[in-house]
Order: sequence, then structure tokens, then C-alpha cells
Amino acid sequence: MKYIDEYRNAADAHRYARAIARSVTRPWTIMEVCGGQTHAIVKFGIDELLPPEITLVHGPGCPVCVTAVEQIDRAVAIAALPEVIFCSFGDMLRVPGTGRDLLAVKAAGGDVRVVYSPLDALSIARSHPERQVVFFAVGFETTAPANAMAVFQAHAQGLANFSVLVAHVLVPPAMEAILSAPDNCVQGFLAAGHVCTVMGYSEYEPLAQRYRVPIVVTGFEPLDILQGVLMCVQQLEQGRATVENPYSRAVCRAGNPHAQALVAEVFEVVTRQWRGIGAIPSSGLGLRAPYDAYDAAARFGLLGYTAAESSECISGQVLRGIRKPHECPMFGTRCTPELPLGAPMVSSEGACAAYYRYRRAAPTALRVGDKEHER
Amino acid sequence: MSAETQLALDCPLPIADHPQILLAHGGGGRLMHQLIERVIGPAFANPNFDTRHDGAQLILGGARLAFSTDSYVVQPLFFPGGDIGTLAVNGTVNDLAMCGARPCYLSAGFILEEGLPVETLWRVVQSMRRAADAAGVQFVTGDTKVVDRGKGDGIFINTAGIGVIQHPGKVGPAQVQVDDVLLLSGDLGRHGIAIMAEREGLAFESTIVSDCAPLADLALGLLDAGVAVHCMRDLTRGGLASALVEIAEAAGVEIALDERSIPVYEEVHGACEILGLDPLHVANEGRFVSFVAPADAERALALLRAHPLGAGAAVIGHVEARGYPLVTLRSQIGATRIVAMLSGEQLPRIC
Repeated sequence: MKYIDEYRNAADAHRYARAIARSVTRPWTIMEVCGGQTHAIVKFGIDELLPPEITLVHGPGCPVCVTAVEQIDRAVAIAALPEVIFCSFGDMLRVPGTGRDLLAVKAAGGDVRVVYSPLDALSIARSHPERQVVFFAVGFETTAPANAMAVFQAHAQGLANFSVLVAHVLVPPAMEAILSAPDNCVQGFLAAGHVCTVMGYSEYEPLAQRYRVPIVVTGFEPLDILQGVLMCVQQLEQGRATVENPYSRAVCRAGNPHAQALVAEVFEVVTRQWRGIGAIPSSGLGLRAPYDAYDAAARFGLLGYTAAESSECISGQVLRGIRKPHECPMFGTRCTPELPLGAPMVSSEGACAAYYRYRRAAPTALRVGDKEHER
Repeated sequence: MSAETQLALDCPLPIADHPQILLAHGGGGRLMHQLIERVIGPAFANPNFDTRHDGAQLILGGARLAFSTDSYVVQPLFFPGGDIGTLAVNGTVNDLAMCGARPCYLSAGFILEEGLPVETLWRVVQSMRRAADAAGVQFVTGDTKVVDRGKGDGIFINTAGIGVIQHPGKVGPAQVQVDDVLLLSGDLGRHGIAIMAEREGLAFESTIVSDCAPLADLALGLLDAGVAVHCMRDLTRGGLASALVEIAEAAGVEIALDERSIPVYEEVHGACEILGLDPLHVANEGRFVSFVAPADAERALALLRAHPLGAGAAVIGHVEARGYPLVTLRSQIGATRIVAMLSGEQLPRIC
């Protein structure tokens, strides 16, 4: 497929891998921020091409994974109400709350619908004026503009039966939380390309300076990721720490000002609870006045609700790159995509799901198989 | 304690896991297999009952027969390339063909929802007749029931079919051999994407048409020509990945695929990229995979390609070893990963 296959070319991938091997003189740990990048790495086997000095650790950039369990509980409580049509992106339906997930609410008779855009939820609200239509607004800066647009339009059209349950999170505060933790092991970042298409990358420059860490704006195809790793390694080896943007076919330094303006009109920066990590100051988006009238948590009296995370799930350590999914004692045994203990095993961007789908092999078969396939 | 309470206490799916049926139990993936293997299979167990094949192979009065059934609950009822009627015929015809049988007779059971326009039923029945003619089968019995409005989804159809097995060799996972070559009869994923596009109102630049088709001629053509076919499986819900994982588990073999050799139409590939789906997991209704002895692989490929329904056939992999059941895939950039059965429903991603 045009504009895809070029970035999956095997010969070019191996050329990049050789260039990385030539550049590296000692061990480096690099974090890819976005779950989409994690999946590409594991699905295509990109890390298998890298020299042993390079360790890729998987970051917190999976919106499904970092949504706090109390927010899932709120969604479940709202979706179970008979007057509600609950609209969500498909990924969120299987994320376990304290009790059950949204699919179980649906199986028990709740009106839970998968939508592809928040604007679809808006048109459901228009055609069902007698029902309360709630959209689960999750995601990073990438999905924030479309979700802001839905609230903006609802306000403009006076759609009183529409509201959003907001769980928006922001990337730079999460990166800062990782860097400032005493057990941090990350020495360089592949920044999330899609987030940067909206926000640009100037907001990463203070981080790179303050923590002396290279940040490379990176896309999602194998060659994008290999190029990101190469540029990150070159900076580390040369002792540089700047923000670089090889993903220039999608990202410019200023980002998308129209999208940013809309987000700023509808949302304000708030403290947000992250699954497995805890509260991070200024790390989320909440509705600002007058749009806070569309806040589903307030409308359904759930603002004060809190819930504790499952103690068995180590998602906090996985999302901060401290442990890899298969190092969890529950991985593939008590925790599977069918019966997940935590969100990273559910989402199509979750690191645990990626390892389960693409790496869970016979204890030795896959390793041996690899070598045999190389013949 | 009565036998009934004992049975309830012994329910092999822990109540705490999934006390109710979820849509994912019907998705053709891991949950459905658990349901069949743990709840339904043990209750019906007998020497002829095979949960791991598309149909039963029976000897009755000296004749070798294949017997299969399937129910059809698709929405929308009509989609580019077919409708629920063509699916109901081709699905059962294909299940029989995968047993190495020539499909002969079908039954049709209709569950109709109160309020369904008779015109809609008429269109479906007409396309069932056309599909039956094309597949060379006859409907010989049937049943009709009507349920209250809201208790059905327009039309549900069940078909069952009987076919006669004329070739001496057995065809099934137990016959799979190390070094067998895997042949896929054409491109992947068009049925699933066509249905999803129609159902969700997703517009692509060109209409993606379902691959729904009868496979008996194509599959039996291999057997008629004397090709050593060890196993065949049509690819339905759960896609190529789920079918191959099932066979690997039933046969106790490792299957190795090469991603670059698996044909996927550009439009389907694009839709999958946008929706975050893997073409290996997307449903098909007119594709099958065959395990063929290496010496016959080239001839089998030529035979498939000579048929209009197999023009896009390709060699996609081989059976690597006996032992731990596993499907591996050599990725486009030359690294290896495993291929897993679809887990639950396919859910489009967030961003």
C-alpha cells in the first residue's frame, strides 16, 4: 500500500539496524512513549533487529491503559442507567473496572454503543432527545480536538441531553513524572508522533534541557521507529540532548494551531489520576465553563467517587518502563485478554496485549524458530 | 442431590469469569472455543462428535457422508457481494467441502421477526435458490418460526447440509504432516471489511465487495486431481489466524507463515490500517486454506489458480515441526512473531 509499504521495506530496515549497531558503543535505554509504537515494535519484531546494547522500554502512551479504574467505574455506573445511551471507542469496552466492564453492562441490557467519532455520539443525541447520551472522552492530545469539537457543537446547538465523561491525559507531564522518579531508567525518548501532529514539539524542549535527555519525534512504521532509535542513539553517544523531528511528513514545530485553540476553548488543564501511577499534577484536561455543563460525572453525581487499583496488576511499573509485561507473574496465566487484570492487557495499544499477541510462545520454540527462519 | 444440580455445580466455566454470554463468545476466537470445549463439547461427547472440524464425517449404510450445520445472524441482511441468504448456502456448502465431501442436500430453518417485510424474505429466499443452484445443491426440508417484534433481528437462518465423501483419504487436522505446504485460495479480509463498512456507515473510496462464494468445486478439484490434500479449512469468523491456530492445536504442529506472501487487497489493507485491525483476524466467506504434501504443492497451486475463485491463490507457509502447537509469522521486515487466535470481538482502536 502506498505510503505504508515504503516504510516497511526490509532492506532499508536492515540498513538502519546496521547504522544503529555502528553508532552504539555502550548500553542505552530508550522509551517509546506511544502504545501504537509499542505494538509496531513487537508486531514487526523491530527490537530483534537492534544490537544488544539497546533496550527499548514501553511508555505510558496508551490512553486505555492509563485511564484510572475509578473512571471506568463511573462509566459502568452511568452506562447501566436505563435512560442512558453510552457511547465509547471500542477499545474501552473490555477494560476491567472494580466490578465489571462495559461489555458486561451491555450483556446485562445496558445501551452501550461503539462509535468511531465523538460526532457520531452527537448525532445519536440529536436523534434521541428523550435519552441521555454520554460519550466517554478518553485519549491524549490526539483525540482531544475531536472531543472538544463535540462539546463545542453540543453547546452551540443547545443539546441538553448530551454529556461527556472526560478522562483526557497529557503526554509531557507523564514524561516528566517518569524522568523525575528516583527509579527512572529512561535515557532517551521516542516522542509520540500523533500527539505532536496536534501539539507540535516545542513543549518537549524544556524537558530535554532540564533532564538532559534526547527526545526524537517518531512515527509508527518500522522505518520511522528505526530512524528514531538511530537519531536518539547518535545524540546519546555524542552527549547531546535536544528535540529532533524526523517525522516531518506529519509534524511541524508549532503543531496544529486550530486544533490547539479549540482544545483551549473547551478544556482546561487539571490534575489527573493515572492507572497504576497515581495523581499527576497538570496532566489532564477537564471541561472549563461554560462547557462544564456537559460533564457527565457531575450530571450523574459521580464527582466524589474514588476506587483503588487492583493490587495484583503491575501496570504502573509496565507503564513507566520499569518492568516488561512478561516479567509480571500474572502474565498469560491469571491475566489474559479474555480475563484481564489490568487495562494494558486489553487495549490494542497496551504493552501487555502486544506481548501476549505477538510474543507469548512456547518457552523455547520461538527463540529456536527465529534462528531456523534466518537460514 | 439431583443430577441437574450436580451438573450446575460442575459448570466448567467459572461463574466469576463470565456469568453471562457476551457477544465475544460468538466471535470465532478464544472465548467461543472455551465455550465449545468446556460447556457444549463434553455434554455431547461421542465417537463421531468432533468439535475441531467444520463438520462430522460419518459412515452410514456403507456410504461415507459429511454432515454440517451453521446459523446466520448477519447485520446488515444485504451487503456488497451478497446477503444473508447467499451466506447461509455457501457457509454450509463450504463446511461440507472442507470435509472433502461433495455437498448434496440442505435444510433451511428461518426465524423471522414480527413486522419483517415479506418482500425482504422473498429477496433472501430468491438468492438462496440462486446460490444453491450455483453450488449444485438442493433444499429438501425446512422450518419457519416467527418471534415477537424486538425478539429477533429481522431474519435468522439455520442451514444444515449432507454431502458424500467420494475420495478414499481422510482430510482433517489429524492428517497434517511436517513440511506440508499451506495454500491460501485468495486474498484475505474482504467479507469482514465489507460488512463492517456497511454496518458502521464507513465510506471508502471504492466499494469493498464480500468474497462470499461456494468453495466445493475448488476444493474438490484438488482431490479429484489426486493432490495429497491433508487438511482444508474455510476461513470464516476469526480469520486465517484463528483457523490456523485451531489446526496447529488440533494437529500438534508448528506452522510458519510468511507475511509478504499473504495476499490482501489494497482497499482492505487500508481499511485495516485505519481501523487498527489485522487482516489475519478479519472474516472471510469464500476463502480456504489447504495443507498439501510438498511434492504436490506446485500442481495444487496451478489447479487453484486455474479456477476463477482461486485466481489469487498463493503459497503462504509450511508446517515447520511437530510438537508445541504454534503459528509463527515472518514479518515484512524479516523478524518473527507469533500469530494468536482472535481474542474476543474485534474492536476498532481509539487513535
